[in-house]
Amino acid sequence: MIELDNIAYSYGGGELLSDVSLKLAPGSFHFLTGPSGSGKTTFLKLCYGALTPTSGQVQLFGKDVRNMTRDDHAMTRRQIGVVHQDCQFLDHLPVRENVALPLTVSGRETLEQHSNLKELLSWVGLGHRANALPPELSGGERQRAALARAVIMSPDVVLADEPTGNVDWEMSQRLLQLLVELNKMGKTILIATHDLNLIRSAKHHVQARVLRISGRKLQLAGADL
Amino acid sequence: MSKKLRLSSLIVGDAQADRVVPPTGFTARLTLFAAGAMAFLTVFALALSLASGRLAARWGAELAQSSTLRISAPAEQVGAQTAAALAVLESTPGVASARALSAEEQRGLLAPWFGPDLPIDSLPIPQLVEIVETEEGYDVAGLRLRLQAEVPGAVLDDHTRWRRPLERAAARLRLLGLVSIGLIGAAIAAMITLAANAALAANSQVISVLRLIGAQDHYIASAFVRRFTLRALSGAFVGTAIGALAIFLMPSAQEDGGFLTGLGFEGAGWFSLLLIPIVAAVVAYFATGSAARRTLSELT
Ligand SMILES: Nc1ncnc2c1ncn2[C@@H]1O[C@H](COP(=O)(O)OP(=O)(O)O)[C@@H](O)[C@H]1O
Ligand SMILES: [Mg+2]
Repeated sequence: MIELDNIAYSYGGGELLSDVSLKLAPGSFHFLTGPSGSGKTTFLKLCYGALTPTSGQVQLFGKDVRNMTRDDHAMTRRQIGVVHQDCQFLDHLPVRENVALPLTVSGRETLEQHSNLKELLSWVGLGHRANALPPELSGGERQRAALARAVIMSPDVVLADEPTGNVDWEMSQRLLQLLVELNKMGKTILIATHDLNLIRSAKHHVQARVLRISGRKLQLAGADL
Repeated sequence: MSKKLRLSSLIVGDAQADRVVPPTGFTARLTLFAAGAMAFLTVFALALSLASGRLAARWGAELAQSSTLRISAPAEQVGAQTAAALAVLESTPGVASARALSAEEQRGLLAPWFGPDLPIDSLPIPQLVEIVETEEGYDVAGLRLRLQAEVPGAVLDDHTRWRRPLERAAARLRLLGLVSIGLIGAAIAAMITLAANAALAANSQVISVLRLIGAQDHYIASAFVRRFTLRALSGAFVGTAIGALAIFLMPSAQEDGGFLTGLGFEGAGWFSLLLIPIVAAVVAYFATGSAARRTLSELT
C-alpha cells in the first residue's frame, strides 16, 4: 500500500533523509521514532504524498506519487487516515460535523454513516462533546476528534503524528489503546512519536516494529528500548 | 462528476458545501452592493441603447421617403411650373415618384395652424410636391441646378440633410450604450474576482483543512462559486428592480416626444431587463471559478 524505494528528501538545504526504503505490510503496526527535528513529520508527509521525494520513488496503492494529479492526491487522502501533529479543524463547525467532514466532501454522507458517526464518537469518548466547537476542546479531546476524523472513511492505513504530543499519560494510553484496537480490526498503523515510554507500554498489547530515524537514515530498532 | 450535475447542485444548493466555508458578512455585503449598483447602471445604459436604437430606426425609415418641393409663383404660373417640376423630377434618377399635393391635402396640412376654414384658394400658398426617393437617393445638388433652370419658383426641402447626421448620432449613442454595458460587465467581473480572492485568502486555513481530509479542488471551489454567484444574482436583481422602477416612474411625454423622454423600455424591452441579473450571475460564476482554480492550483 505504501512503498518507499531508496528515497531522499531535502527542503532545499542539506539532505534531511537519504537512502530510505520501507514497505508497509497490510495489518502491521509501526512506531517511528527519533529526536525532535530528525524528520518524522517529513517522513509521514512522504508516506501520504504531501511531499514528493527529491530522489527515489514513492508508490501509494500502486501509483507513483510523481504521476499523481491533484485529484489523485485527494483520493489517496481518503484511503490513508492521517492524524496530524497540529490537528486542525473547521472552527465554525461542531465536532460532529468536523469528524464527518471526510464523508461530506466525498459525497458519501448517508443515514447509515450517521449512525456510524455516533458510534465512532462514543468509541473515542466524545459522544457528549459532539456539539462542541473545536476551540472549546482540550488537547486530548482534539487528538481523539482528529483520530475519529482520520478513520471515518474506513481507511486501510492510519498515520498518526505525535498523537500523544500534548496530552497526559493516562490520555496517551487511551489513544494508544484506540490505535491498537484499529490494528486488531486489520488496519495498518504507523505512529510517529519521540516518547519512548509510549512505545514500551505498547509492547504489552501489540506486536509493533520500531523504526528510528538517526543520521538521516531509517533503521529498524531492536528490542533494546 | 458531470458539468450538468455540478450546475444543478449549484442552483439547488448544497447546503453542506456552503457551510464548510464560514460566513463572511462584510465581503458579502460589499459584493451585493457592487452587483446592485452595477445592475442599476446597466438598466440606464440599456435604456439608452434601446431608445437610441428606436430613434435611429425611426429616422432611418422616414429618410427612405420624403423630401418636398415647394413652388411659389404667381397664381397663373403655378400650374405650368408644377407640371415642369414634375417633368424634371420624373426624369431624375433616384426619384421613385413625385406627386403634387391636392388642395385638400394642403388644407389638411395647414389646418393645425390656421383652422379648418382656411380659404386656401384665395391665398398665395405655395404648391407642394412630395418626392419619394429610391433607396440610393438622388443627387441633391444636380436636381437643384436643373430646377433653378427650368422651374424658377421651386425650392427643394431636403430632409435627409439634417436627418442623416442625427441618425448617425443616434446609432453612435446606441453603440456607446452597448460599450458601457460591456464595461460594466467587465468591471463586475473584476470586482468579483477581487472579492473572491480576498475570500479565498481569508479562508486559507479552511482550504488547507479541506485539502488534508481529501476534498477535491472542485468541491472547495464550488463552495465559493456558489456563494458569489448567488450574491451577484440577488444584488443585481435588486439593482435592476430599482433601476426599472426609476425608468418606469419617469414622466412620460407625448408620442413624438424628444429624445430624453423617449428613454425607456417598450414591450419586450422590459424583458431584456431580466437578463441583467442572469448575466451578472454568469459573470460571477466564471470569475469566482477561475479565481478559485488559480488559488487552489498554487497550494500543495
Ligand atoms: N516546510 C519546511 N521548510 C523547511 N524546513 C523544514 C520544513 N518543515 C520542516 N523543516 C525542517 O526539517 C527538519 C525536520 O522537521 P520535521 O520533519 O518536522 O521533524 P520532526 O517531526 O521529527 O520533529 C527540521 O529541522 C525542520 O526545521
Ligand atoms: Mg514532527
